[in-house]
Amino acid sequence: MARRILPGFPLALGITLVYVSIIVVLPLGALVFKAASLGFEDYWRIVSSPRAVASYRVTALSALGATAFNLVFGMALAWVLVRYRFPGRRFVDALVDLPFALPTAVAGIALTTLFAENGWFGSVLAEICVKVAYTPLGIMVAMAFTSLPFIVRTVQPVLEDLDPALEEAAQTLGGSDRSIFLRVILPLLAPALLAGLSLSFARSLGEFGAIIFIAGNQPMSTEITALLAFIRLEEYDYQAAAAIASVLLITAFLMLAVTNILQARALRYTARG
Amino acid sequence: MNVPTRNRPPRVGDAPAFRRALIGIVLTFVAIVIIAPLAVIGYQAFSQGFAVYAAAISHPDTLHAIGLTVVTALIAVPINTAFGVAAAWAITKFDFWGRRFLLVVIEIPFSISPIVAGVAYLFVYGLQGLFGPALEQADVKILFALPGIVLASMFVTAPFVARELIPLMQAQGRDLEEAATSLGASGWRTFFSVTLPNIRWALLYGVVLCNARVMGEFGAVSVVSGNIRGQTNTLPLHIELLYHDYQTAGAFAAASILALLAVVTLIAKVLLERQGAGRARRRPALAAPVAAPKTASAEISS
Repeated sequence: MARRILPGFPLALGITLVYVSIIVVLPLGALVFKAASLGFEDYWRIVSSPRAVASYRVTALSALGATAFNLVFGMALAWVLVRYRFPGRRFVDALVDLPFALPTAVAGIALTTLFAENGWFGSVLAEICVKVAYTPLGIMVAMAFTSLPFIVRTVQPVLEDLDPALEEAAQTLGGSDRSIFLRVILPLLAPALLAGLSLSFARSLGEFGAIIFIAGNQPMSTEITALLAFIRLEEYDYQAAAAIASVLLITAFLMLAVTNILQARALRYTARG
Repeated sequence: MNVPTRNRPPRVGDAPAFRRALIGIVLTFVAIVIIAPLAVIGYQAFSQGFAVYAAAISHPDTLHAIGLTVVTALIAVPINTAFGVAAAWAITKFDFWGRRFLLVVIEIPFSISPIVAGVAYLFVYGLQGLFGPALEQADVKILFALPGIVLASMFVTAPFVARELIPLMQAQGRDLEEAATSLGASGWRTFFSVTLPNIRWALLYGVVLCNARVMGEFGAVSVVSGNIRGQTNTLPLHIELLYHDYQTAGAFAAASILALLAVVTLIAKVLLERQGAGRARRRPALAAPVAAPKTASAEISS
């Protein structure tokens, strides 16, 4: 089907391909090449070393915790923004995107200062013997902050488009608010919620800037995988850095595939018109 | 917007007690999670008075970091914008083999850890990398210098402009451009007089978000910059350096500039959204109804 009516195809595609090749494909290719040149045994030794495995565990568990928090809080925030009218609603709606707009290093020092033992929140939490800064809990806080907008912004449009007739039908059949929410609304939101969850989780796995300030960065306990790759670089251990970065890269691709599948599914429910 | 009216039964969750409680809880968390970090930056920056703040901002190293950040944005953002427009034009105005795949590749940086990006650039331009030795011989410095910082920034923001434009231009279809061309307008004329007026707000929206990310990027830049004080420190890296030097007031003074940038970005975002920007993206790329020939829409929605 060679029906190209508009001009500019070679130029536009040319620019796109050159840019994508130089900026995106070349570096990622170089990284994969470097990691692959290690040989299977060396590669496996590096990526399965106790310190690396501990970093995967800390990163994945903290990301799970942060995503779970965002699931509840993000869902509640989206609900409040869509279903209720209250003074300052537009202001809060705009603020939701702050974690995306605020540079991660700035978020990192701000959260650390808030949650340090002499900070606004840290001093309160210290009284009930909860330490956040320099513990895995701190990693979770930083991840939750930086990935907060994802769930709100994926659930919000679906909630806005929700047909009131469905709820009304359930109400006339005598359903309580609780059961209508659980059995009518939640299933309709589920695809969007899942897509938001996977975006939020993927972002948490890769986060670096906000975490390193608050984490304490102790090997085996509060060292995230991204930081371990960074430390190997600073030690001039380029092979180990390549291997560990490749683990992050593979995880990112897996999450990208999961997200795309979930989004395609979410679309089937939302693309009504 | 579905505002409950008098002749309708209250919707789920509209019971006054529940409603008030939920709003209260959510707003409390918003204050803790979103407002407090912003407030603490301002508080710490001015904790030792305005004179200390002014001195911290006007320190030569801080000024240099601000300058480097601005220069990086001035190079990376326009190039990125040109790329975003070209990519959107190619992907939405033409059908070609591998279109969907190209879209996925453009979006890749969005899902990759900035640290991985930095490490990857090291293996291209570093001494351990593909071109490192050749560049060393030719005495060209890319890493630990401005070009490396710009390249890493372009990687992390590659999708920013394109993903605003693609869903919008997809939804707008090709009819207007085809009409303009058939009336004899040149390609550039068609773009500037027909396409651009329709996408200007979305374009600006993408540019604003791209700029915020370039100026605030930390992970990728920290790998490729080398952290040389007063030379290759961008503002986020300078903040880290001051913070780890226990110069808290200075670190927060520098951070307050970036926090201000974030607030300005949010305001610009709200204003642009009032013009309709950012709405197309709410439906993921290529999902919007297509005004193109049937074969094309079948191909991309499968």
